[in-house]
Amino acid sequence: MVWFDVCSVDDLQPDSGICALVQEQQIAVFYFASSQNVYALSNFDPFGQANVLSRGLIGDINGQPIVASPLYKQHFNLLTGQCLEDADVRIPAYAAQIVNGRVQVSW
Amino acid sequence: MKPTLVVIGNGMVGQNFLAGFVQTAAAADYHIVTFCEEPRPAYDRVHLSEFFSGKTAADLSLVEDGFFQQHNITLHLGDRAAAIDRDAKTVTSAKGVSIHYDKLVLATGSYPFMPPVPGHDRDNCLVYRTIEDLEAMTAAAQTGKVGVVVGGGLLGLEAAKALKDLGLETHVVEFAPRLMAVQIDEGGGAVLRRKIEALGVTVHTNKNTTQIIGGSTCVNKMCFADGEELETDVVLFSAGIRPRDDIARACGLEIGQRGGIVINNHCQTSDPDIYAIGECALWNGMIFGLVAPGYAMARTVIAELTSGEAHFTGADMSTKLKLMGVDVASIGDAHARTQGALVYHYQNGASEVYKRLVVSSDNKRLLGAVLVGDAAEYGTLLQYCQNGIELPENPESLILPRLSGEPAGLGPDALPASAQICSCYDVSKGAICDAVAAGCTTVNALKAETKAGTGCGGCVPLLKSVLNCELAKHGYEVNTDICEHFAYTRQDLYNLIRIGEIKTFAELLAKHGKGHGCEICKPAVGSILASHWNDYILKQEHLGLQDTNDTFLANMQKDGTYSVVPRIAGGEITPDGLIAIGQVGKKYNLYTKITGGQRIDLFGARLEQLPAIWQELVDAGFETGHAYGKSLRTVKSCVGSTWCRFGVDDSVGLAIELENRYKGLRAPHKIKFGVSGCTRECAEAQGKDVGVIATENGWSLYVCGNGGMKPRHADLFATGLDKATLIKYIDRFLIFYVRTADRLQRTSVWVENMEGGLDYLKSVVIDDKLGLSDELEAQMARVVDTYQCEWKTTIENEDKLKRFRQFVNSDLPDDNIVFVEERGQIRPANEDERKHFKIMEVA
Repeated sequence: MVWFDVCSVDDLQPDSGICALVQEQQIAVFYFASSQNVYALSNFDPFGQANVLSRGLIGDINGQPIVASPLYKQHFNLLTGQCLEDADVRIPAYAAQIVNGRVQVSW
Repeated sequence: MKPTLVVIGNGMVGQNFLAGFVQTAAAADYHIVTFCEEPRPAYDRVHLSEFFSGKTAADLSLVEDGFFQQHNITLHLGDRAAAIDRDAKTVTSAKGVSIHYDKLVLATGSYPFMPPVPGHDRDNCLVYRTIEDLEAMTAAAQTGKVGVVVGGGLLGLEAAKALKDLGLETHVVEFAPRLMAVQIDEGGGAVLRRKIEALGVTVHTNKNTTQIIGGSTCVNKMCFADGEELETDVVLFSAGIRPRDDIARACGLEIGQRGGIVINNHCQTSDPDIYAIGECALWNGMIFGLVAPGYAMARTVIAELTSGEAHFTGADMSTKLKLMGVDVASIGDAHARTQGALVYHYQNGASEVYKRLVVSSDNKRLLGAVLVGDAAEYGTLLQYCQNGIELPENPESLILPRLSGEPAGLGPDALPASAQICSCYDVSKGAICDAVAAGCTTVNALKAETKAGTGCGGCVPLLKSVLNCELAKHGYEVNTDICEHFAYTRQDLYNLIRIGEIKTFAELLAKHGKGHGCEICKPAVGSILASHWNDYILKQEHLGLQDTNDTFLANMQKDGTYSVVPRIAGGEITPDGLIAIGQVGKKYNLYTKITGGQRIDLFGARLEQLPAIWQELVDAGFETGHAYGKSLRTVKSCVGSTWCRFGVDDSVGLAIELENRYKGLRAPHKIKFGVSGCTRECAEAQGKDVGVIATENGWSLYVCGNGGMKPRHADLFATGLDKATLIKYIDRFLIFYVRTADRLQRTSVWVENMEGGLDYLKSVVIDDKLGLSDELEAQMARVVDTYQCEWKTTIENEDKLKRFRQFVNSDLPDDNIVFVEERGQIRPANEDERKHFKIMEVA
């Protein structure tokens, strides 16, 4: 498993998202401040066809961590990329971790 | 060739007949023609007085757009049917149109009776029946100070309310010894009189008007048989109705001794091809002056023309209404004329409530009732009366105040499925239960599905209780929780935050919620916190609560770019301001468009460009326009008295003052204002949440209007206001909205759903019924005092600017954003264009 360095923990936005360019891919990284969990998804919203998911609101629905697209409000599971509204839509999800104050993602 | 069906008269009953008939298969077999004497098709005469509380002729219309075209009905508008030739079977109109008929329906209605008092034709002596009459009243009221209604019946009291709403000192003159003599008894009449007098209307009973002559202080003077006199500017006759039977009389149809076109149980006149329905028809010696019996007659004729036989067997004249805010109801034999009838009274002097039950001699059946001041039991009592349900052992228990714990009257479960709930549209309890079973779970859905409650509206409380009862049976639980994280409504959350002095989402979640929150509760709580504490919304603890538009203080467009809207208060901008905005647009190659709110929107800004764009705008003296927020958007204005030949007051000046006062106030949804400098209303203020119109007597305030998807005409809230009072009312109105509305609920929907509606809102804001005024004003004062331009704060804060970049680890732009040119400006490339562009780039 190869971990790519993304940014410093200080670059994360507590209880919100940021976008990073990793290996020419747009990766949305979300950070839950209370649990210090980080999640990474593709930044591309397949419904709105735009790179905006990092700017969505995050939270949980039925215990699943989710982001809601800022364009048309579909929810995506932060662990799997599965769209909650459409079983046929699943976006790339990436492993994410914080090591020594650095955020890393992997695929 | 198809036979022709002619309907004379397009009033409420004529239209009800047409609307019902076109739903039947038989409608296709007829060529349908209708004559409408008035300049507009059918409108709601029952709610005519609402014309004075802001409703327009269009609001009152009963005809859906395109109805006549869609159903191939030939409408002769503004043309009175003048003669019927029964031998030739033709109808000829005043304008000379002559139409052959095979079947003819007379729905000519009635006219207001004008007592033969000398002087009744003087200036400003009017009647109350049509929208034209209302316009004449409005014109007469503008120059007058005093108005008198002759006739203290149902319609007379409605008319008195209209005069009061027009700002006149109002009197009611009644020939009989009490008000509403037809419907209610002496005791009820006395209570009604006291209540109406308490509202500032002077009531004169036992008054016989002998003549009307010129007055000395007013236009007219009324002289009474007892020698007294009353000076008045406007005289409004409401002394009963008379059937319009002239056209039937002229063609030899049978007419009753005291007027009315005689009909049989099939609603046929003495000519079997001619029917008569509504207030022009005389059945069994009776004229029915209410809309529900007219509709029942219309249904009878529809059945006659389609399936064959139907019978009209009389109609219930029970009625419930709100007269000048006083509930009045009359059921069945209110006067106890039935032999052996027993009577029960309840009267509460303190709260001025009067109730009377009339029951059969064996104490088992309800024959009639009168309710004044509190008509809550109307639905229950009507069902007892109409369905012959056996009364409880002590019938008086039905009208006595209930002590806690006792069962509340007759539950909807006690009603048989055949019980008629809505008498206007003849909807039974069974039909409502079926509709609930088929998925109608709200009163509005039931209204749309069954039409129940859409006539006079009197059955809506009963409709609601049947609905709730059925929902409970089906196991529905009406869940008003905002989302899974908080088992509270938005209003609950507001109170928790206010009373518990909670300042962050984390604290609220820890104390009253669970989980991490979601895109429903986070922005809602973010908005409440901002409304109440008015912190900078990008403070670290609030940032994650905001929708993307609030987070980046701009409006996200379809391609992920943003639009930028600087505030242009009141739509007033200097040439230098225009140049500054133009230069920013040019420098950053933005698409520019004038908005509906009189400002300028700049589109196509990339996330990373926003701070630089705003630095330039702030340097040029602009502030954020909050176009992204659920907050005050714009105060639209006309140019007003400063320039306009017709302007009455300075609408631009007031608009700027209001916009600067309320800018930045976070609310459950966006708020729009309008200020017009005269009643020509060029700022369209009556389509706004808050609308202000200048008049000679001060500012008029309108509230809860809306444009957009579901337009709503604003309600007139107060008139003749000076600026200080106007601002006080708006302060209270806005904070009350902020505190009590649901999330994403505009003021128009908020007031529609408010228990007690506009009257209640007035009592809170104007009369301070809840004793909250000082608190509401103080809260607004805090919001005004702590205003900051969010963009100015943001560009001065290095840390906050970190978020305004596409990538946290690169300065490259988002290569998915592609513009093409159209009409000399940029626009987002569509999918095909984008593919093309990408191929080109690779090549």
